[in-house]
Amino acid sequence: MVIEETRRKRLDRGIKVRTETLYALSTWREMAYLIVPRTVLILGLLLLPLILDMYWQRVLCTAGIYAILALAFDFLAAYVGLVCLGGALFIGAGGYISGLLNAYLGWPPLLCIPIATLAGAVISTFVLLPCLRLRGIYFAIVSFMFPLFAVHIIVALNVFGGTEGISALAILPNIWVEQYLILGMIIVSLFAIRRLVNEDIGLILRGIKDNDQAVRASGISITAYKTKAVFIASLMGCFGGAYLSHLYGWLGISLFAMDFSILPIAACVMGGMGSLVGPVLGAFILTPMSEALRGFGQLRVVLYCLILIGFIVYKPEGLMNYLQRKYHQFEYWERV
Amino acid sequence: MDGEALLQVKNISKSFGGVKAVMDVNLSLFKGEILGIIGPNGSGKTTLVNLITGFVRPDSGEVLFKGKKITGIQPHKIANLGLTRTFQIMRPYHSLSAFKNLIVPLNSPRVRRSRGGRLGDRDAVAIDILEEIGFQRDAYVPYKTASSLPLGYLKRLELARCIAMGPEIIICDEIFSGLSMAEIATMVPVLEKLEMEGVTIMMIEHRLRELFRLVNRVIVMNFGEKLAEGIPEEVMKKQDVRKAYLGTEVDNVGG
Amino acid sequence: MDILIYGTVNSIVLALIAVGFTLVYGVSRIPNFAHGALYVLVGFLTWSFINDLKINYLLAVTLSLIISALLGAIIYRWVLIRLRGMATSEIIASFAVSLIILEGLRMQGIGGFKGFIGPYYILPPFIEGKMRIVGVLIDFQRLIIIGGGLAIVLLLWIFTHHTKVGLSLRAIAQDERAALMLGIDSDRAAVIALSIGSALAGLAAVIILPLGNVTAEAGYKVLIDAIAVCIIGGLGSWAGAVLASFVLGFAMIISTALFGAVWEKVVLVGAIILILILRPSGLLGKQKELEERV
Repeated sequence: MVIEETRRKRLDRGIKVRTETLYALSTWREMAYLIVPRTVLILGLLLLPLILDMYWQRVLCTAGIYAILALAFDFLAAYVGLVCLGGALFIGAGGYISGLLNAYLGWPPLLCIPIATLAGAVISTFVLLPCLRLRGIYFAIVSFMFPLFAVHIIVALNVFGGTEGISALAILPNIWVEQYLILGMIIVSLFAIRRLVNEDIGLILRGIKDNDQAVRASGISITAYKTKAVFIASLMGCFGGAYLSHLYGWLGISLFAMDFSILPIAACVMGGMGSLVGPVLGAFILTPMSEALRGFGQLRVVLYCLILIGFIVYKPEGLMNYLQRKYHQFEYWERV
Repeated sequence: MDGEALLQVKNISKSFGGVKAVMDVNLSLFKGEILGIIGPNGSGKTTLVNLITGFVRPDSGEVLFKGKKITGIQPHKIANLGLTRTFQIMRPYHSLSAFKNLIVPLNSPRVRRSRGGRLGDRDAVAIDILEEIGFQRDAYVPYKTASSLPLGYLKRLELARCIAMGPEIIICDEIFSGLSMAEIATMVPVLEKLEMEGVTIMMIEHRLRELFRLVNRVIVMNFGEKLAEGIPEEVMKKQDVRKAYLGTEVDNVGG
Repeated sequence: MDILIYGTVNSIVLALIAVGFTLVYGVSRIPNFAHGALYVLVGFLTWSFINDLKINYLLAVTLSLIISALLGAIIYRWVLIRLRGMATSEIIASFAVSLIILEGLRMQGIGGFKGFIGPYYILPPFIEGKMRIVGVLIDFQRLIIIGGGLAIVLLLWIFTHHTKVGLSLRAIAQDERAALMLGIDSDRAAVIALSIGSALAGLAAVIILPLGNVTAEAGYKVLIDAIAVCIIGGLGSWAGAVLASFVLGFAMIISTALFGAVWEKVVLVGAIILILILRPSGLLGKQKELEERV
């Protein structure tokens, strides 16, 4: 008489060789364990436009901008230790440059966007350069001030359309280009950043976050590396801005609005800081939600602030980190 | 021991607010020696290290490394010259695994230069350094996240961070404090080996017994000033050193 | 002469706004981004106490100050206490609280909240009639601001230097661990600081707001002013905050007089950026934060 005994076993135990980054795969099941979530994410994002109607397709584009901003914020905050409350600066820089190129020189959007992404990133980095030696709350506050400063300057000088802005910019060819441009960009930057944080430069940046003095004592200029990090983040942000101004065919001082600084942070907190995927997910949850609540006026701001506080106080790890943890703890029955 | 000093500190002073942390200190560090710096808490030892390595700017005085003035230069540039230090307060890059901690110094311009611009397999180099300093590779210690390592390993990791730079001078800021005798016993050979390789070491330490076995020369500091300098046994015999450092008469130190 | 007087008034306005913020930061290291929101809230509360509930002026002010102090305590007890030490989370959470209050005030026609405040439609005549007598150059309300401001700063100084509670707050500000070992409860101190800070925001509101009308947008402006003053003066340094408010106050008035009102903001924000780049710890701040942390 044979008694069959079974026990629960964690799937990932055999795969992970005592580190986070080395894997030993032997069965299809283990490969699926790694591949499925990534595939679901990519396919999910790519298929989303096909099942939505016109209105929600537009919302998807906006959500994409917030997602890419949230990703940039998460990268800076969780991997470099720079809490940048001025996401609107990136949006504004990218948006204005791209819009102005289009309005004054008549260049097509698909040319303006890459130029504006690069030029905007250079300018944003240059602007933020002097405050890179600030830490923590100081950097947060200064970066919070820059978008305001930009608005006041534009209003005071009455340039670039002043308070009214410039309308009737060229828009992107059609809704499909619009959607897949931003979705493609999200996927590319998501995996690029994930890769980056485990490369040498990423390790140094994480070192700066954990203990910047030790990095200096190791002979590495922290300002140089922080500059690189800010440049990478502003590339993403400025792309979002450039894209935005051609999405609505309009530019104005509301490109520097606080929404672009606050909502990505909310998305980040909700999705889980440091998980990179989380913020994207958070943006795709929060933006449609706030869109659905548009009819309620200011209530939507109140609501998403409540969600934000709820998450930050009661679930600081965020959705994605929670899901990831549960997924890693996935168990199956094994015959002994 | 004569000839040009590798590192020279000339009349260096620093005060914070009204407190004079370091006052008019002179010292020379010669190639290949191990110099000990001792003194009661708050006597300005760590500030002295900060002044030498550029983390704090001196109010007056200067530091010469190989005859060149290095005061006012940024810390990372000083480190790239080959003058490295450990920190008294242990804060490794806690989100990284132990060997990844060493990737940071291995990316420094100094190491890049010494390897002719090519970095090669950094992970392997990092693990080799760690193994040499007592991280057992078989037990997967180098792969563990730094936040999970016990103090003894953290201190060694800190020293490994300096060694990875391929330095000429290592300044160890209380690298023995908080360690057991057994743990110190594993670190002493590492330091001795470094000395054999020609690395100059300056040690700030409270554990006199262990320190005196290692050092050739010792400097005593008190209230930011240099109180005495010389061979350990002789220095400890001096009345004012005993009074300042130990408070009362204590026998049997430095055996 | 105009510049001198209006500069002084403006400076004291800034100082009033900033003392609460700097008190909270000095004691608990919490940047209370809800400061501006509490300021506006007290303005509206007092207005509605007077106009809706027909309570007399002094009582209304007292009541709303008590409410704002309680609110400050609640914000700490329910939200910020769980986030101590995580500067980012503190900023985000307190800013979220601020948004809830400010946007909540602007919210219209939801949940029986009968569009209580339309920011520009209802202009609460907050001024006490008797104060509006015009002197030679300035009206009484501005004189009150000068007098009240100086009195508050003086009272705060006495409070922190000569009362037991005040001294314990300063102890926490200087060295939290040592204070803990001497039996000072840091959470209690933070609650007290936040209550006092919030009440100060309210006090500033009731003194300053009669000059104009109450709008929710003022909350953001006040927050930025407070941060500006505190950063320029050095976070947590009170003397610095007072000094900075005079520097900024005059700079703003002078730039307005020379270039026009739009440049006022540029000067304000520009000054912050400049000071942080040149001297990150502020005019009178301690270098500790940046240099010595090894």
